[in-house]
Amino acid sequence: MKVVVCVKQVPDTKGGVKFNPDGTLDRGAMLTIMNPDDKAGLEAALRLKDEFGAEVTVVTMGLPKAEEVLREAMAMGADKGILVTDRVLGGADTWATSTTLAGALRNLDYDLIITGRQAIDGDTAQVGPQISEHLDIPVISYAQNIKIDGDSVIVERQYEDRHHVVKVKMPCLITALSELNEPRYMTPGGIFDAYDADITVWGRADLKDVDDSNLGLKGSPTKIAKASDKVRKGAGEKVSLDPEESVAYLVGKLKEKHVI
Amino acid sequence: MNNTMNTANIEEYKGVYVFAQQVDNELSSIAFELLGKAKDLAKDLDAEVTAVLIGSGIKGLVDQLAEYGADKVIVVDDPELKDYRTEPYAHALASVIKEYKPEIMLVGATAIGRDLGPRVSARVATGLTADCTVLEIGDFPLVPKEGEEQLHKQLLMTRPAFGGNTIATIACPYNRPQMATVRAGVMQKIAPIAGAKAEVIEYNPGFTPNNKYVEILDIVKKVTDTVDIMDAKILVSGGRGVGSKENFKILQELADVLGGTVSCSRAVTDSGWMPKELQVGQTGKTVRPNVYFAIGISGAIQHVAGMEESDIIIAINKDESAPIFDVADYGVVGDLNKIVPKLTAELKAALADK
Repeated sequence: MKVVVCVKQVPDTKGGVKFNPDGTLDRGAMLTIMNPDDKAGLEAALRLKDEFGAEVTVVTMGLPKAEEVLREAMAMGADKGILVTDRVLGGADTWATSTTLAGALRNLDYDLIITGRQAIDGDTAQVGPQISEHLDIPVISYAQNIKIDGDSVIVERQYEDRHHVVKVKMPCLITALSELNEPRYMTPGGIFDAYDADITVWGRADLKDVDDSNLGLKGSPTKIAKASDKVRKGAGEKVSLDPEESVAYLVGKLKEKHVI
Repeated sequence: MNNTMNTANIEEYKGVYVFAQQVDNELSSIAFELLGKAKDLAKDLDAEVTAVLIGSGIKGLVDQLAEYGADKVIVVDDPELKDYRTEPYAHALASVIKEYKPEIMLVGATAIGRDLGPRVSARVATGLTADCTVLEIGDFPLVPKEGEEQLHKQLLMTRPAFGGNTIATIACPYNRPQMATVRAGVMQKIAPIAGAKAEVIEYNPGFTPNNKYVEILDIVKKVTDTVDIMDAKILVSGGRGVGSKENFKILQELADVLGGTVSCSRAVTDSGWMPKELQVGQTGKTVRPNVYFAIGISGAIQHVAGMEESDIIIAINKDESAPIFDVADYGVVGDLNKIVPKLTAELKAALADK
């Protein structure tokens, strides 16, 4: 069984978030991480490796620095890492990104492709389903509880008020939720091996059945008209009082605002 | 499949279309919200509003769509469309787009729409902007640029990114349709026009199951008697600082006194203290109540993105450096276990005096 996991290196918005004095985000102060939904997808793949001996390949598209998430994935137990990087791929929207990744995936054998549901920087949730369309395979989005049944997968597909238990024959693509599982840690031996391991690097020329007009900034149908850091309304009052005074303060404000 | 972008004959594409989501043959609120927005956009474009209704045995829903603003309803009714599955729904919507050529196609950013939208946009080879919060008609580029033709009457789609910290306005100038998924709870429905009728077009592209049709083995509905937090006027929201599932009792008591509803942050649903449908934030729901109490919530930006439009935000947190205080109108630094029960008691007394 062969499983390919698509991962993305994203800025960490948790914990280390810093704001500039004008209320905008200080990006320079933020670290990068493996996108959480993707990490859950990787963990799901590694469980298939534990259970069925699946071969797990991790693919990322990004700057050369994105190699770091491949090494992290390999330190967790992935077998191979492929970095898709090329200047002409920069500035891609979800259409151009999914076209690129599909072009890379066409070079690989797979039974299952797993992507995270969405990345915490863009939050679009589009690239997984779009890849599946380019590859003409079924997609199961918002997956929890992935099981293998012969040549099929059985997955719980989450909706707001219900889940469907769905079954489909492989190959197929699944988008994973970070609620899917608790990703394992890297092992010391794994880290050691991962930093020695060879990473395969692919550029534009390695993408299969892809037209130049569909890549990078130029090949992106959506164009940014304007982008700005959001200016927040800013902090109001903050008091530090004993509990009785705090309560009196809040009751006063609720009366003032005619809530009560 | 090697899809290439479809740049042909932009002029042929007309009208504002809305995917009218239904579940169990009941229209979702997002369908009406999209119709409300579509009516605004259609006015600026001097175009019609068309709802695309996809399902099995759904013709009875047509009049409701007309009352909420649809001029036309395209009905794709087929037994294969009984419950949502990506492939037959994508086939239905993509076929409608290819046949009727809408200028704008709006889809709700729901668990259905965020799967259907990307699959369809890839199939019809156009752009898709996710989770939009503002849609308007305008020029692209926004201001004229030398050497670039300024296009008019474009759909400008504004969306938050980075957990709500940046705002981007996006256009899809050279491809059609211009597609967007739209966040639930953001656009306004119109007041229904009683007795309104729409032109009904029945369309069936044919459904032949293939490798992409998944089989639904079971449908498990969550049993819940809770109010939808998106409709609540007062929300009493708790975070990790509440400490335990049991301790949410003190939040519930405060909510009860004010006629409000309890909601929570992601840390709480991740710990299994509260169900997912009560979660506020980027991966939960966007809420804009009159009053939002953030109790024991640190205020990660993903949470703030889902509640910062609330009219009044009150934060109670023992950590005076918690980022929630940066968005709170009234912040109280202190122990929620001491403050919340007293607040409930005081409010009860104040309300009894009235």
